[in-house]
Amino acid sequence: MRTYYEATARKRIEGIVDADTFRELLPPTERTVSPHLKVLDLPVAFDDGVIIGSARLQGQRILIGAQEGGFMGGAVGEVHGAKLVGVLERAIRHRADGVVLLLESGGVRLQEANAGLIAVSEVIRAILAARAAGMPVIGAIGGQYGCFGGMSIAAACCTHLVMSEEGRLGLSGPEVIETARGVEEFDSRDRALVWRTTGGKHRYLLGDCDALVEDNLEAFRDAIAQAVRAGERFSLETVEREHAMLERRLERFGTAPDAADIWRMLGFPEAERLQVLPAHELVALAGVHRTVPSPVES
Amino acid sequence: MQWQQAAKALFPQGHDIVEEGSLLRGSGPCGDVVFAVIGSTHHTEVGVELALDMAAEVLRTVREHPGRPILFLIDTEGQRLRRRDELLGINRYMAHLAKCVEIARTHRHRVLGLVYDQALSGGFIPNAMMADLCAALPDAQIRVMNLPAMARVTRIPLERLQVLALDSPVFAPGAENFVRMGAIDAIWEGDLAARLGQALARADPHDHRRELGEARGGRALAASIVRRVIDAAASE
Repeated sequence: MRTYYEATARKRIEGIVDADTFRELLPPTERTVSPHLKVLDLPVAFDDGVIIGSARLQGQRILIGAQEGGFMGGAVGEVHGAKLVGVLERAIRHRADGVVLLLESGGVRLQEANAGLIAVSEVIRAILAARAAGMPVIGAIGGQYGCFGGMSIAAACCTHLVMSEEGRLGLSGPEVIETARGVEEFDSRDRALVWRTTGGKHRYLLGDCDALVEDNLEAFRDAIAQAVRAGERFSLETVEREHAMLERRLERFGTAPDAADIWRMLGFPEAERLQVLPAHELVALAGVHRTVPSPVES
Repeated sequence: MQWQQAAKALFPQGHDIVEEGSLLRGSGPCGDVVFAVIGSTHHTEVGVELALDMAAEVLRTVREHPGRPILFLIDTEGQRLRRRDELLGINRYMAHLAKCVEIARTHRHRVLGLVYDQALSGGFIPNAMMADLCAALPDAQIRVMNLPAMARVTRIPLERLQVLALDSPVFAPGAENFVRMGAIDAIWEGDLAARLGQALARADPHDHRRELGEARGGRALAASIVRRVIDAAASE
């Protein structure tokens, strides 16, 4: 069993796709570096922190993008974002079976301020345009840096989102909120609080990720491959079901002070015990308690 | 600019836009076309409620007024920075709004955005930045963060950033910079009703921002990189 959490973006791709099928697009030898970091005399990366290419996944033809948290926390600049947009549009052109995005990002790369913000919004539009064209886009989160900022919106726009317990997902990171509103609002050094609020288990129980897996590459691979096979369903009806679910969530949990309160309201009397359960046991228990949109008849 | 002023100039024949809390909603005619108007005001922070309210308006428009163009009128201070919103999954609510815009687009609604006062990062990603075409009024403020905050976060001296900002649209706030980079189609001056009508006639469902940024010289690489990725020879 090889850990997803500690693997680099390149190792994650290798560990997930079928052996010897990955063909990188714009590999580091092409040196597509950020022009804006150079202007600031900051270090650049020859892949700008994201690896893209085509591969087979359990036989299915996919395009894949993997953000490298080790370079600027996976933050999105002009080149980085354009590579992700390219891979999404290429998938449609080449009629791939799906797109897989291994997300690890703090969001907009602040050193490329305006260019980063625009790039993130272009990635989100490209994900939704791909889905509207019938292309399943599968996201995965399980790295050290989590998935925050605008890329958390991109993650929630995916057809299907796979997370591990170690994965974290949120729009504004705890440090950002603490800086803006004070430690009383969000104590970013309270690890348990951060975990309960942004971690994979809470996201799974709320219904904001679709699969919760153990922290290993094989588990991520199987969950992602299954989601690609399941295909895409994106329509006015699915979005209306989601709307109803999000309305109910606000009614039920809008004043809940803590994740543990939400878990109790969902029907887990020993909410605290959830924190020590392995992912597969939690998934087995979660069953009817999770909140998800009602299915649309096909 | 106040939204009432902007709305009056956009819809000189009258409109029924109302303010409910920080939400704007209603409609107004532009020539013989009626627009659905959805927006925000009071420099509001976009939290889970406002994102959901905007999404509801988009869905209602698609159901009740098929094909009616949608105009987002934006004034926001960004996403709401609260632990409670994070706990409820604010990123999902924002994404839901973006999905509703995409669904409207696929149902042949043209979607336009207008930043009439200010727009900051997360507050305008899921609405006006998802539009077919986004414009701004001359005094509109658009930014990720101001230069002093950027200097603090990046540890780059403020003086250096100020010098760089003179030549590059990348670093400094301002609607003009977003025009050069292609994210804002144009700054609307003069007859706003005419500008709205012209924009509606030109809008289409494809994302042209990277090509605009390339043509205008404000974003040199994004368009060419996307082309290279799409066109690269398959080597399976």
